[in-house]
Amino acid sequence: MMNHLPVLQVIIPLLAAPLCVIVRNGQIAGVIAVASSWVSLWMAWKIFQLVQVAGTISYNLGGWLAPVGIEYRIDTLAAFVLILVTLVGAVVTPYAITSVKKEIDESKESLFYAAFLLCLSGLLGIVVTGDIFNVFVFLEISSLSAYALIALGKDRRALIASYQYLIMGSVGATFIVIGIGMLYVMTGSLNMADLAILLPELPSNRIIPVAFAFLTIGVCLKLALFPLHVWLPNAYAYAPSAVTAFIASTATKVAIYMLLRICFTIFGPDFSFVKMQLGAILLPLSVIAIFSMSLVAIFQTNVKRMLAYSSLAQIGYIVLGISLFTNTGLTAGILHLFNHAVIKGSLFMALGCVMYRLNSVDLESMRGLGKKMPLTMGAFLVGGFSLIGVPFTAGFISKWYLIQGALEKGLWPVALLVLMTSLMAVVYIWRVVESVYFSEFGGSDADEITEAPLGLLLPTWALAILCLYFGINGTFTVLAASSAAANLMGVGS
Amino acid sequence: MTYPQILCLIVAIPFMGAGLILLAGKYHNLRDTLSLLVAMVLCGTVYQLIEPLRQGNFTQVTLLEVTPSLSLGLSVEPLGLLFALVASFLWIVTGLYAIGYMRGHHEKNQTRFFACFAIAIGGAMGVSFSSNLFTLFAFYELLTLCTFPLVTHHGTDEAKKAGRIYLGILLATSVGLQLFAIIWTWNLAGTLDFRPNGILAGTASNRVLSILIVLFVFGVGKAAVMPFHRWLPAAMVAPTPVSALLHAVAVVKVGVFTILKVAIYIFGLDTLAQLGSTPWLRWIVAATIILGSLVAFTKDNLKARLAYSTISQLSYIVLAALLANEFAIIGGGMHIAMHAFGKITLFFAAGSVLVASHKTNISDMKGLGRRMPLTFAAFFVGSLSIIGVPPAGGAWSKWFLGLGTIEAGEQGLLAVLMVSSLLSLVYLLEVPIRAFFSSPEPDQEGTGIQEAPWPCLLAMGISGGMTVGLFLFPDFLYEMMTMVFAA
Repeated sequence: MMNHLPVLQVIIPLLAAPLCVIVRNGQIAGVIAVASSWVSLWMAWKIFQLVQVAGTISYNLGGWLAPVGIEYRIDTLAAFVLILVTLVGAVVTPYAITSVKKEIDESKESLFYAAFLLCLSGLLGIVVTGDIFNVFVFLEISSLSAYALIALGKDRRALIASYQYLIMGSVGATFIVIGIGMLYVMTGSLNMADLAILLPELPSNRIIPVAFAFLTIGVCLKLALFPLHVWLPNAYAYAPSAVTAFIASTATKVAIYMLLRICFTIFGPDFSFVKMQLGAILLPLSVIAIFSMSLVAIFQTNVKRMLAYSSLAQIGYIVLGISLFTNTGLTAGILHLFNHAVIKGSLFMALGCVMYRLNSVDLESMRGLGKKMPLTMGAFLVGGFSLIGVPFTAGFISKWYLIQGALEKGLWPVALLVLMTSLMAVVYIWRVVESVYFSEFGGSDADEITEAPLGLLLPTWALAILCLYFGINGTFTVLAASSAAANLMGVGS
Repeated sequence: MTYPQILCLIVAIPFMGAGLILLAGKYHNLRDTLSLLVAMVLCGTVYQLIEPLRQGNFTQVTLLEVTPSLSLGLSVEPLGLLFALVASFLWIVTGLYAIGYMRGHHEKNQTRFFACFAIAIGGAMGVSFSSNLFTLFAFYELLTLCTFPLVTHHGTDEAKKAGRIYLGILLATSVGLQLFAIIWTWNLAGTLDFRPNGILAGTASNRVLSILIVLFVFGVGKAAVMPFHRWLPAAMVAPTPVSALLHAVAVVKVGVFTILKVAIYIFGLDTLAQLGSTPWLRWIVAATIILGSLVAFTKDNLKARLAYSTISQLSYIVLAALLANEFAIIGGGMHIAMHAFGKITLFFAAGSVLVASHKTNISDMKGLGRRMPLTFAAFFVGSLSIIGVPPAGGAWSKWFLGLGTIEAGEQGLLAVLMVSSLLSLVYLLEVPIRAFFSSPEPDQEGTGIQEAPWPCLLAMGISGGMTVGLFLFPDFLYEMMTMVFAA
């Protein structure tokens, strides 16, 4: 059984999804979703431990040896991202049980869980697989189910947001499949490790750089790097609360994982960063993303939308770390990938609690909520501080490494920019804090607004506590990220 | 109990105190007694550390490792102990004063007030005993955040606006400049520990370190070096006990204390004195000393005048750090204590005037001395200390500061100190002179004695008495400061 963990990681949520459709009952489907996501988390943890001891795990699907068969390949980075995705999944599914009842029609509940599990298994599949075409397949599974999940939002604008995401996402996926096709034409292989050996041996040609361009642009669309980010704010703002929390914490992060795989594992750091100078392209884009998106976030009145723009800025931080192309920079990127997912998860879940009671997350309607929903807003405050990067929160540690990375390369203006934009985060978080804690309650139905139910609060606080935990004891995340970074930098050099 | 345990306890006591205060919130007498008791326990515990330090026991304890390279740690060293003693002692006095003031002035939300107050002291304790820059920074930020509800205590639009300025400037400087400097320091030295003779010597070129010290001096916004001083006058919207303890002692002294620590234990005095930017910075800080005094002249509101006086006085200590010699550091360290006792007396008096006769402007205080003789007598004593003349403690610290300027070969700065003393003589003594020697406005009601509540008077008496006492017996402060160099 333990030998088959890599494939079970994907198979279990994948099989649980049709089960949800078959039972046609929201409650039972919810239980199935919770159970399978928890099992997934447990398996991810086992895999992580295994990788720590035994190094990279290779699993041949159906016993067919690579490069002919499909290989599942899990190294430190993959195991770390697996933990992240399954962790968020395990926290969001119990949250969804309460949240979805309020936000989605009863008839669609079981379908919601099915789509949710498909999305989860797609994301997990991208992470575990060592086959580039398999990546595309899982990407489509996760993306298509994500479009459906977003479209379930109560607001009718969710449909347009989902459609926008569908178009942009499909363009991205097409780019990726074109890139994969070119690689296959040139090498005759789809296995990543195999490609890594075959590609450098090819005589110099134009097709490989073009394939590289198609792949990176396609992935950057998926991870919403400026200026390919337009689909994201609406999708996050109008999706159901649980969906926003899940997608924001995992989908873009897994896309960044894909970027790392393509750049470091398939093409190799020398090709990507020395020959193709990817760093010189990603650095300015990420800097613009960080600055402009933080600025836009300051002027949002819908808090969910504000956090969506903040996510775009945070993605900028992660890509900035990667673009530095040093051990420290890469560590910072991977670290922030993990920390930001936990932070944004807790923030969006806290907003989901607000949505549950108020049916709105406008800044104006949240006035004085600090006294009505102290626990919810407490979790929001923890997440907010973490987003800013206050000491003893997860955000501080990733920013610390990021600035170290920038300084190591002598890019002190970039280091200053990171600090300046942290101050911009102070501004947009403080707007919420002032409205929530230092204003009088404005609504007419003052007595009806009470604390969110436990079913929502517990998962929210679970992530909020993790924000604090990883800020106070960052040893686990830092070591995992730095060993993953060293692993990536070592490959191909 | 072992010394590391005592050290942890010192930082923990104020936070536990805050918890107790919140629990006892409904019972006002119990809450206020608790607040006083916690202050006394804290001061007593800090006192326990003096003797081991004399014997050379620099207790150190690591609380937790945040990442392999960052840790939260506490340690005892003379400068920090001195500051902690001053802050914890004045907490008792202010606690006493606050009881009289908050009740006399019928303030709301007193429980939140006392709890945040206790947390702020906890932050100050953490700063004074931190064993590395990261720990210091963490407590520094905690102090900024937990004083925000105190500044905006009244909840009016004016208070909120002031709160935004307060938070904006303090966070912007600390994150934008100070944190940047800290990370850069780590990048150069590979550690953030406070060590005798510093950690930066020889790690980078003179130019890089010159930039770094500029980042630190301006990044420590709590030291209120111009142009980052606006938050301090803004914070004066807070109730007077806050202005007295936090914005004359705890918060602002955390700022100058940080700069002293950075000068001594991060740069090392020898390195600092040789930097290209140090002479420039000294004059920028000197400009703050003079400008602060000049602006104080123009303020009719008593608290605003005191705030600008504080800005000017804080720069004395920043200047002391930048002069980077033994005399100056001794003077700077002593000035932390001397200015604290003097300025807190002045604020107490200003608050008493507000409580007893609801006056905030100096021009309205004509002849008020006849109704409030004790208050204005205390104000007079406090003024003497700020000016720096006997028989008040400020005379000693200014003496050593003066010696420090000559030691550094900066006679011009000595002149600046003297001019500033003269200016403060005029703008501070104007207040008691008006109160005692001008005839009262004819429309003032009543002629008899109308003093503030007795806890306020008692507090003023203690702090005023200490101001004189420190002139007569300054040897303890001197001993502490010389120990900085013995290590």
